[in-house]
Amino acid sequence: MNINVELTDKKAAVNGEVRMSTKDLSLYYGSFQALRDISLDIPENAITAVIGPSGCGKSTFLRLFNRMNDLITGVKVEGRVELDGINIYDKDIDVVELRKKVGMVFQKPNPFPMSVFENVAYGPRRHGRKNRTELVDIVEKSLKQAALWEEVEDKLEQSALALSGGQQQRLCIARVLAVEPEVILMDEPCSALDPIATLRIEDLMRNLSESYTIVIVTHNMQQAARVSDMSAFFMMEEDRAGILVEYGPTAEIFTNPKDKRTEDYITGRFG
Amino acid sequence: MKTQMTSRQMSQQVAFGLLLVATAIVIVPVIVIILQIIITGGDAITWDFLTQPPTQAGKAGGIFPAILGTFYLMLGTIIVALPVGVLAGVYLSEYARDNWFTRTINMAIVNLAGVPSIVYGLFGLGIFVLAFHFGMSLLSASLTLACQALAMTVTTSREAILAVPGGYREGSLAVGSTKWQTIRHIVLPQAMPGIITGAVLAMSRAAGETAPILIVGAAFFLPALPQSPFDQFMALPYHLYTVAAHIPGMPKTTIWGVALVLLVVVLSFNVLATIIRLRARKRRYST
Repeated sequence: MNINVELTDKKAAVNGEVRMSTKDLSLYYGSFQALRDISLDIPENAITAVIGPSGCGKSTFLRLFNRMNDLITGVKVEGRVELDGINIYDKDIDVVELRKKVGMVFQKPNPFPMSVFENVAYGPRRHGRKNRTELVDIVEKSLKQAALWEEVEDKLEQSALALSGGQQQRLCIARVLAVEPEVILMDEPCSALDPIATLRIEDLMRNLSESYTIVIVTHNMQQAARVSDMSAFFMMEEDRAGILVEYGPTAEIFTNPKDKRTEDYITGRFG
Repeated sequence: MKTQMTSRQMSQQVAFGLLLVATAIVIVPVIVIILQIIITGGDAITWDFLTQPPTQAGKAGGIFPAILGTFYLMLGTIIVALPVGVLAGVYLSEYARDNWFTRTINMAIVNLAGVPSIVYGLFGLGIFVLAFHFGMSLLSASLTLACQALAMTVTTSREAILAVPGGYREGSLAVGSTKWQTIRHIVLPQAMPGIITGAVLAMSRAAGETAPILIVGAAFFLPALPQSPFDQFMALPYHLYTVAAHIPGMPKTTIWGVALVLLVVVLSFNVLATIIRLRARKRRYST
């Protein structure tokens, strides 16, 4: 399998500031080590893709950045995860504030069983925005940013569950945008969508990467090649702990991988 | 070949027959009971029967104070059992860690439902009537029935909360909501139909309880309607028990009439619970 990387669409070089990073990071579920010694820098206003075979800890890794793993009992984190140089696993970190800055879009579209409007207004409302005109503005702006406005403009009061899968996922992106995050995490955001809806989300991601730092986990090699600026290839070792094999500009990872295992994976020899 | 088919068909017929008989055994008594109550007690149901107080030790007049007492009792029970049950359900499903202590509590709650109701009555007598000096009263009886109803409201609340899809919680937390905001704005509204269903069923059970209220505040005859929670009260099941077992020369129609009213009260609450559940389900799938 030969993947054609659209080099022209990539940011010439990702020289921007480092927005988030992990340093010697290990994560355990009880006594099972799920991630081992991962050090990686996420550049600002770019798309970083995390790829690798099933079970190598990609999603677990992504969920470190907004501390979503905290919800699972028995998780232990060693090392540092930084946002703008601050370790977000420090004791005095306000997780709620962190999640406002680092939003997340999930694998399965999960709009709330409310109207389209209320879905987008949900975050701002929880953060104390009560003024109706202000909320109307936020909702419109967020839906426009998520390239959904034209399709739902006249159905704002209808149930979000009546939207198509692709629309629901863009609504979930709008919901995250409404709280004005700085980083957006996406956990296989297109795996439940058809190819056309997938392309729309990818276009949207490209546009959003102008002003947001995006980290995406994907199973889909072509998708990583199409949308991302940087790619991180994860694998598991014999004890099933996930490790970072190779990390670099997407164009290099896909055309000239340094590690034999990366090459084997992206050319379809395993996984 | 032909004989084999016939024997297989025969055994099929026998199996169907047995299943049908078993189903009939389940259904026939229910139908007979309901018909018996309606046929024998139907004549007693008049406007006066439903709106007048009893006279001549219940042989004449109506049963209004007992109907009212039963509604007060249901109301008092649910006012206590619903909020406490929901809050405990939230705690157990959202906050409590999965350790031996929580598991013990969960097991205790499940077993609470199996405690004989007269034991609750005795508990209520000791705690509410005597220790708290609430006396034989509507309050004592409501609290006693609430203790019994808690087993149901806690369990149904917890189940309803656990049934809310995890994706909703994650979606809410991921935009920087606190855990409590997530529970308050996402989890509880979603769980509400299930919680209400449990509460309505708990009320219908409270309406039918006889043994506990017998010793904590129900009276067979009172000259006046209860004016405060500290008054004694009349209630349908206890009234039925007394007119059926303790008053000689009681007209049969009256006894079955009381039973019919009690049955209607309890069944209508069960039907209400079913309607709430079905409507919630329809709403979930139609959107």
